[in-house]
Amino acid sequence: MSQDILAGLAVILEEVAGVDPADVTPDKTFIDDLDVDSLSMVEVVVAAEEKFTVKIPDDDVKSLKTVGDAVSYIQRAGVAA
Amino acid sequence: MTTTPRQVVVTGLGAITPLGGDVASTWEGLLAGRSGVRRITEDWIQVLPVHIAAPLAVEPPLGRVEARTLDRSQQMALVAAREAWADAGSPEVDQERLAACVASGIGGVTTLLSQHDVLREKGPRRVSPHVVPMLMPNGPASTVGLAFGAKAGVHAPVSACASGSEAIALGLDIIRAGRADVVIAGGTEAAIAALPIAGFAQMQALSRRNETPQTASRPFDKARDGFVLGEGAAILVLEAAEHAAARGARVHGVLAGAGISSDAYHIAAPDPTGAGAARAVRAALRSAELAPTDVIHINAHATSTPSGDLAEALALRTAIGDHVDSVAVTATKSMTGHLLGAAGALEAVASILALRERIVPATRNLDALDDEIALDVVSIDNRKIGSGAALSNSFGFGGHDVCLAFTV
Repeated sequence: MSQDILAGLAVILEEVAGVDPADVTPDKTFIDDLDVDSLSMVEVVVAAEEKFTVKIPDDDVKSLKTVGDAVSYIQRAGVAA
Repeated sequence: MTTTPRQVVVTGLGAITPLGGDVASTWEGLLAGRSGVRRITEDWIQVLPVHIAAPLAVEPPLGRVEARTLDRSQQMALVAAREAWADAGSPEVDQERLAACVASGIGGVTTLLSQHDVLREKGPRRVSPHVVPMLMPNGPASTVGLAFGAKAGVHAPVSACASGSEAIALGLDIIRAGRADVVIAGGTEAAIAALPIAGFAQMQALSRRNETPQTASRPFDKARDGFVLGEGAAILVLEAAEHAAARGARVHGVLAGAGISSDAYHIAAPDPTGAGAARAVRAALRSAELAPTDVIHINAHATSTPSGDLAEALALRTAIGDHVDSVAVTATKSMTGHLLGAAGALEAVASILALRERIVPATRNLDALDDEIALDVVSIDNRKIGSGAALSNSFGFGGHDVCLAFTV
């Protein structure tokens, strides 16, 4: 499950910000490690909401520093839904 | 006390136009008399009264990720700026002495329209977070400024079809005032879309020669019936002469002066006497410390509208006197269409190349000069010229008049 989410995020990050999928590992931070700026992060979130059928409120986005943060958030949100 | 202003030279040229993806192919197209105007076959244009435009000859060569956060006008500005910067020798410049002046007449209009569609069809959550930086009219200036680290100021003077020339005039002022040593200056426009075409058509400003697109843009011709909307970008690297000399830069020409005035006559129609335009031409000559008799070439604004071309012809005679009879006038838009906010920048490039290569490209489609226009318009064959000064005019809806003066 979390591997599927990780792979899905890698696809989104490549599409939105040109990030090499091999660089998308749980320990990486979006802004410093993957060079995803705050505007592109919004695109990542919206694409993830659609792909994983979850809601990620704007207030929660700030807590998603690393790829791993996003994977667990989406996993929890998916279970809750 | 008088002081001689800093001389400003042009050390880099870049362009992406309906005639080619760079300066060399565009200039070759102008010398060959090629037309960039074509019939647009896409569905959206079929409901409009005008089915012709002058789109880019080649798409901007940018990567997908690089392109997706940039409006088309920003993409074109970036491509032209990269060419100009490389042409200038990719100089090592103190970033705090580098400015960017890149104008657009309309800004990110295709982004605005397409994102409005997204808003209505899919809702606000799907609107791109990049939409504001993409549609703001200073976006191209910021895109170029970011790409080259310009920290002395990023500017986007907006004056409709005079914007590109006004950006270059501003660059001249900035260097003369000592606020920067190098300015990346020019214009860009990407407005080939249903709403702008419908709007210009409602103003009766566009040619409707849908069946013969390549004959549609015919400045100064008796049978002209309006302009053809084009798209593209052109960029100049302007540099303080002593800065260019210190690094041994190759110099294309001198931006000797610029004149700016305004008609205060009508929001869209030109003053039929050409008085405002004449004041801009005179101001450019004063700024360049040139006499009217120094002028050997004029790249006219000449959009191919009935009233605009006539007013410009009157303005030139007013400003230059009968010497205008011995000036080789050309109308680049006869081949490129009207690039709106990029037009003045593209025509600045053409003016510099004409002086440098000592040849004026012929105006296309001038079958019969309008009886009321008394100018020596170069047509049919390109014309060799000697050495002297060139003027490039740009006028815009809103009553903007800008004239640039070049020497080599």
